[in-house]
Amino acid sequence: MRKPVIIGVGLTPVGEHWKLGLRDLAVEALLNAMEDAGVDKVDSLYVGNMASGSFVEQENLGALIADWAGLGNIPAVKIEGACASGGAAVQEGVKAVMSGLEDVVAVVGVEKMTDAWPSDATRYLAYAADAEWELFHGVSFVALNALAMRLYMKEYGYTEEDLALFAVNAHANGAKNPYAMFKKVIKVETVMRSPYIADPLKLFDASPIADGAAAVIITTEEKAKEFVDKAKMIKVAGMGRAIDTISLANRKDLLLLKAAKIAAERAYKMAGIGVEDIDFFEVHDAFTVMAALSLESIGAAERGKGAMLAKEGQIAIDGDYPIQTLGGLKARGHPVGATGVYQTVEAVWQLRGEAPNQVPDAEVGLTQNIGGTGSNITVTILRRV
Amino acid sequence: MGKPMQVARYWRHFKEKYRLIGGKCKSCGHVHFPKRPVCPECGSQEIEEFQFSGKGKVLSWTIIRNPPSGYEYYKPYPIALVELEEGPVILAQLTDVDPEEIDFGMEVEMVTRKIREFGEDGIILYGYKFRPLLK
Repeated sequence: MRKPVIIGVGLTPVGEHWKLGLRDLAVEALLNAMEDAGVDKVDSLYVGNMASGSFVEQENLGALIADWAGLGNIPAVKIEGACASGGAAVQEGVKAVMSGLEDVVAVVGVEKMTDAWPSDATRYLAYAADAEWELFHGVSFVALNALAMRLYMKEYGYTEEDLALFAVNAHANGAKNPYAMFKKVIKVETVMRSPYIADPLKLFDASPIADGAAAVIITTEEKAKEFVDKAKMIKVAGMGRAIDTISLANRKDLLLLKAAKIAAERAYKMAGIGVEDIDFFEVHDAFTVMAALSLESIGAAERGKGAMLAKEGQIAIDGDYPIQTLGGLKARGHPVGATGVYQTVEAVWQLRGEAPNQVPDAEVGLTQNIGGTGSNITVTILRRV
Repeated sequence: MGKPMQVARYWRHFKEKYRLIGGKCKSCGHVHFPKRPVCPECGSQEIEEFQFSGKGKVLSWTIIRNPPSGYEYYKPYPIALVELEEGPVILAQLTDVDPEEIDFGMEVEMVTRKIREFGEDGIILYGYKFRPLLK
């Protein structure tokens, strides 16, 4: 099988882009990535997006974005896996290159969320849950995570303050990222003072509603030489993906992200490495409790010990398990279908040694992108060539 | 919600939502809610209807303060994961309860309540909620 590498990245800042629409954001990120890679045409486009039909009444994003970016009559489709749409789109792009069907592939993740009323946005996000057996009862997406948070605290004896440390770490790192939505350092008290949105989950336990787009250009190791120097090539060493029950209530073990565990195992196997070889982790901290559960499910911590890594300071840039090195979903922002591609761009920065918050000598990085309440998960491992 | 008058979308779930009827696998005996076409335990497609007692206990709960559109009327309202007597876990609103009284293991029972309505001319949706067990 051919060896896939990422040779270009592009993105827009995450934020409330009142002046820009979905297509503006996507095209900007996409053209930036193509310029970074030194390519002027691509064989196909994969668009990661969760709910453009609901948020801005626009589907058929493949045609829209390829058309407006001037990519010609290439094949282009949208890939949807709830909040893991971006991670899934990257993996579809990689698969296309590996298969030999396409040589140079563009992936763009985009979401335009702030054109909707907040209560409607809350509804659209809940479409990632089970409409008939969860949303029907008036549950919000935040509430599903709050149910898990309360159980996690009870089961393992953590406090709200303990979980707040994940938000504090994300903000500390995001403060150094010029593309982050929140470039402000916060304290545990900041999280604790924020209002409950679904007890015990507070506003500062949650990632923000945001707009943004990020893009990557993928080709083969062989072909890459035509466009960039070796220092700019980042290998996609491993990837895995899995689903779990869409309803949280149907999960046998409510505090195990089984889909993440399986996806990570597949990615480690493909890369031929283990968790001990990973230098940094971009995990899906849409909610603080999800950062803890993610660390456990990908093998960085034992069951129930995820939050201990935060308490021991191991998740900081200079710790053994640095996470959210550019702010994560919490501080960089979480334009849902774009997030997985943002994570990929940030991992590429780290591995190229270009990150504003650099993990020293980073060789291997892992991104983990969650859709639903742990129901659709991607894990991708990137490494220097 | 785009088309609130899609009545069929709601009446097709009356058995589950009004009477708490789920599924039982004829092959391995596993009971589940809602009823599925394939047993999540053994993969058998021989599933029969199963009537739950409606009694259970609270596994976890939250108070929704920022509801999705369509549910603003109730806010704030409690939602819980309830472990039914027969084993499966079900997600539902708690009702007739002071949020301060909710606790892990609290015994509850199913009641039928209004879930939401679609304005003056719209349909009203009913379904199960759980209240503290009446002794």
